[in-house]
Parts: sequence; C-alpha cells; structure tokens
Amino acid sequence: MKLSESKRENFYFYLFILPWLIGFLVFALYPILASLYYSFTDYDIISSPRFIGLDNFRELFQDELFYKSILVTLKYTFISVPLGLFLSLIFAMLINMKIPARGFFRTAMYFPSMVSGVSMSLLWFWIFNPEAGIFNYILSLFGVKGPAWFLDEKFAMWGLIIMTFWGVGAGMIIFLAGLQGVPASLLEAAKLDGAGKWRSFWSVTFPMISPVFLFQLIMAVIESFQVFTQAYVMTQGGPNYSTRFYVFNVYVSAFKDFRLGYAAAMAWLLLVAILIVTVIIMKSSNRFVYYEGGRD
Amino acid sequence: MSDTVIDKTPNIIIDPTKVKGDRKRRMTVGEIVAFVLLILLTCTMLFPVIFMISTALKTSKEMLQFPPTIIPETFAWDNFKTLFTNDEIKFGILYKNSIIVAGLSVVGTVFSSALVAYGFSRYRAKGKKIMFMLMISTMMLPYPAVMIPQFILFSNLGWMNTFLPLIVPTFLGSAYQIFLLRQFFMSLPNELYDSGKIDGCSEFRLFWKIALPLSGPALATVAIFTFIWTWNDLLGPVLYLSSQEKFTLPVGLAAMMSSKFRIAPYNLLMCASIMTTLPVVAIFASAQKHFTEGIVLTGIK
Repeated sequence: MKLSESKRENFYFYLFILPWLIGFLVFALYPILASLYYSFTDYDIISSPRFIGLDNFRELFQDELFYKSILVTLKYTFISVPLGLFLSLIFAMLINMKIPARGFFRTAMYFPSMVSGVSMSLLWFWIFNPEAGIFNYILSLFGVKGPAWFLDEKFAMWGLIIMTFWGVGAGMIIFLAGLQGVPASLLEAAKLDGAGKWRSFWSVTFPMISPVFLFQLIMAVIESFQVFTQAYVMTQGGPNYSTRFYVFNVYVSAFKDFRLGYAAAMAWLLLVAILIVTVIIMKSSNRFVYYEGGRD
Repeated sequence: MSDTVIDKTPNIIIDPTKVKGDRKRRMTVGEIVAFVLLILLTCTMLFPVIFMISTALKTSKEMLQFPPTIIPETFAWDNFKTLFTNDEIKFGILYKNSIIVAGLSVVGTVFSSALVAYGFSRYRAKGKKIMFMLMISTMMLPYPAVMIPQFILFSNLGWMNTFLPLIVPTFLGSAYQIFLLRQFFMSLPNELYDSGKIDGCSEFRLFWKIALPLSGPALATVAIFTFIWTWNDLLGPVLYLSSQEKFTLPVGLAAMMSSKFRIAPYNLLMCASIMTTLPVVAIFASAQKHFTEGIVLTGIK
C-alpha cells in the first residue's frame, strides 16, 4: 500500500496539472520552437513555408525600420520605466503617511488604471488634439504655444510618456501593500538609533520593499518592450516612424505585409531580449534586494 | 528564480487610519505638505476623467469649440442613445461580444487554474519542481513572441473570425492565476482533507467539495483579474476577429477612431469609453477587499 501511495500521488499530480501541461505544450513550447523554425523561412500563410536559412536575419540587420523600432522602444523604456517606478513609489509613500482621506486618495489615484488601454488612448489623443485639445489650451493659459503632439514626430513620444504618468496608480497600489508590510518596530528602532527620515528610508524601508521594487521593475520593462495599443490606436507608428514600437513593427510585418517568417525572426529576438534583460536585472538585483531570512 | 519571488505567508494589511486613538493627533508639517500635494496630484489624475465625462455629454458642435468647456452648455444625454442605436457603430453587438469572450474566459481560467493549482499544492510527485519552474517561467512569456505560430495554428484549424482562439486557451489555465491560487491552497491545512478522505471521497471530490468552497476570495481575485484583462485586451482580438459583427469593445472602439468618420466623434467615443469602463469600476467597487488581499497573496512582497 505504501509503495503505491507515491505512484498514486504521481498519477493525481499529473492528472490535475494536465490542462496546464497541454496548454504549455501547445500554446507556449510549440510556438516558441515553431517561431524559431518560421524565422528561417519565407512564409506568407497562403503558400507553404520555404526554408531560406539565415536570410531573414541578414535582412533584419540591414532593415532601418527594425533599428528604428528598437530605438523607439528603448527610448520609451528608459524614460517611462524609471519615471513610472519613481512616481508610483513616491505616491505610495505619500498615501502611507498618517493623513486623512487615504482611502479616497488611493481610489482616485488608482482609478485611471481601470480605464482600458484603448479608451485611454482615445481620451489622450483627444486631450492632445493640436487645435481643440484641452492640453494645449491649458498650456496657452500659461503663455506656452503647445506642439502638435501626435502629429509632430518630435513630440509624439513625449505625449505617450506623459500618458504613462496617468497609469502609475497600479504600481502605487503594489508599493503601498509593500510599504504596509514594513514592520513599524523596525522604523521605531531606527528612530531610536537617531536615524533621520532619509537614513531610515534607505536603511529600513527600501531594503524591506526591495523585492517589490525588483518585481515591478522587471514587469515594467517587460511591459514596455511590448507596447502595442497606443501605436495601433493613436499613431499607427507615426509620424515618420517616431512611435514605431517593436511589437507594432512585428504586427505590421506579420499581419499587414504577411511576412510571417520575417516577423517570427523579430518575435524570437524579442523573446531573447526579454530573457537577457530579465537575467541581467535579476543578477544585478543581488546588490539592492534584501530577502528576509536570506535566500535559498 | 521561483524561490525568490514566492513568499508563503499572506500579509495582513492594517490601515493606520482605522486604528483608534489616532484621530485627534495633530498632523506634522510633513504630513500637511503630503496632504496638500496629494490633493493636487489627485486633481491632476482625475482631470482627464472629468474631461472624458464632459466630452461624452457634449453635442458634436460644442465638442469642437475652443476654448473647450468643462461643464457642457447643453447636456447631450442623447449621445448614449445614439451609441446604442447607430447602425454604423453597433455598440450593442460589441458589448455582447465582449461579455461572451470575457465571461467564458473567466469560467475557463478560474476552473482550469484552480485544478492545476490544486495539483501543484497537494501532491508530491516526480518532476514537480521542474514543472513548477516551467510554469513560473511562462508567466513572463511575452505574447508577441508566440502570437505568430498561434495565429498559424488557429488559422489552420479554421478558427479565424471566431471567439475560439480567444476562449479555448483560457480553459488550459493561466500561469499567473495558477501561481496565485497555489499560494492560497498551500495555506489550507492538510487536516481539512482528512475527514473527506475518511468518508472515501475521490481526489476530485476533495478538490470540488473542500478546497474550492474555502477559496472564495482567491477565486474571486482570479475571476476579476481575468475579466479585466480579457475585457480590455486588444492585440488578441485584433489578430483573430476580422468582421465588425465579431469585434469586442476594444477593437470596435479602435475601429470607430478610423475610417468611417471624417472627424472622429470624440463625444461618442467618450460615451463608449465610459460604458466600457463602467463594468470594471463596478467590479472593483464590489470586490475591492478581495482584490487587495489577492494582490498581497500572490506574494509579490
């Protein structure tokens, strides 16, 4: 009986996880491998894929649009991710202070995060309208003549970056949960030891929430590598490719130009890029992330 | 990496404003500054929302007026009616489609993720650690990296312009939700199952009759996450849905922006955005407590 017990557990384990296992094989593992295969082919979905070796990659490395899409995505990532993390942490710290109406502030700040990406894009496209938009009207009250935002290649990206400010509530909520998990006793002890606000933040609060910070950093980077909605709804990648985000570029190659092999090559490079960046962040995190009870 | 993100102890959040005896304390200068700052920030955050509502209630003429008005001169409540009755927009159909897709995705994800999470939490098995690592690693798998082969697969199956590519995969679990539910099931004591075992319950019955009924808040969290995610998703529906009769709300809204109208009907678009956002807000309002618990439960801390 005892011998069959472990077999029985094995059987039920795999029976229960079967749905995920099928999903993993069909919708994750197979696409990853197939994507790699398609990246070596010329495929327009109508005729069957034709093996062309490394031609797609050779072409990619001479494709200006490919480089442009990388630059656009990196620019957005390098500005919006640090800014977003910084603001959501600051907001969380403000709300975590002993002030009235905290519940209201929390809800109000989080509210914009409930608006879908598409609705948000429509709304901000309207706010940033060069002629009738309210943003330029408000600027004009201060004597500033606003730019044409999404119709001007120099400002389209900045319009999108200003928009990310509106979504910091989601990150704020998670930081807030982290901050509330910082034991008050530790902060009191730091105070008794004569630590000021600044010192106790860097010596107590930040180390305690650093795992949250790491999680948010990785998720934010991965997310900003995959921006699609704004480009699809608002700018179509323009003007003059100034918002041609990487994933939007993949989408156009695959589903507008029907160059699925070429797009698969790009998609695969995205996977590799995300993997590398995640590993780099995880490795470098040893320096700033503190785990209670050490790490395994 | 799996070992670093996971924290098995759920946190209890204590809201300091709820602690008695705190009320009459005078605010420090820093707290007053924070309070004023927060008021300003909140106004900035809510201003676009107010502008959204204001635009939704303007006539097409007033909408283009410059400088823009904040409170509409005439309230055009008819915009909402137009939205549902206009044959070009077909908002009712969009709404119905979104409810079908999001509804079935919620059912599929909750059921399958709970099943898998139960398996991961209850049994010791060979290869479990590897399976778990694989499951965790798919949490970060970017959809664009797998969308092309999936698209080819579904188009070979003849599933184009149907909801199947959006719904069927949800019945095979979602890594993030599995992880969340596993964390929850791990916190249930083993003794709970003993009485069921003595009664000769099958393994599935233990799951169905004991684990699930005790997991209301966690299941609600999964349902909410899934609903909002599918309700707002654009890329998936854009790939698979090609006729307007099949569009979900995000695709339909994006389509309204282009082609058919010479000037985008922002007042109608804002009505549509409000109608799209309302269910999400309603769900949040009714389940906010579960939701916050759920976020903490995932062990993000």
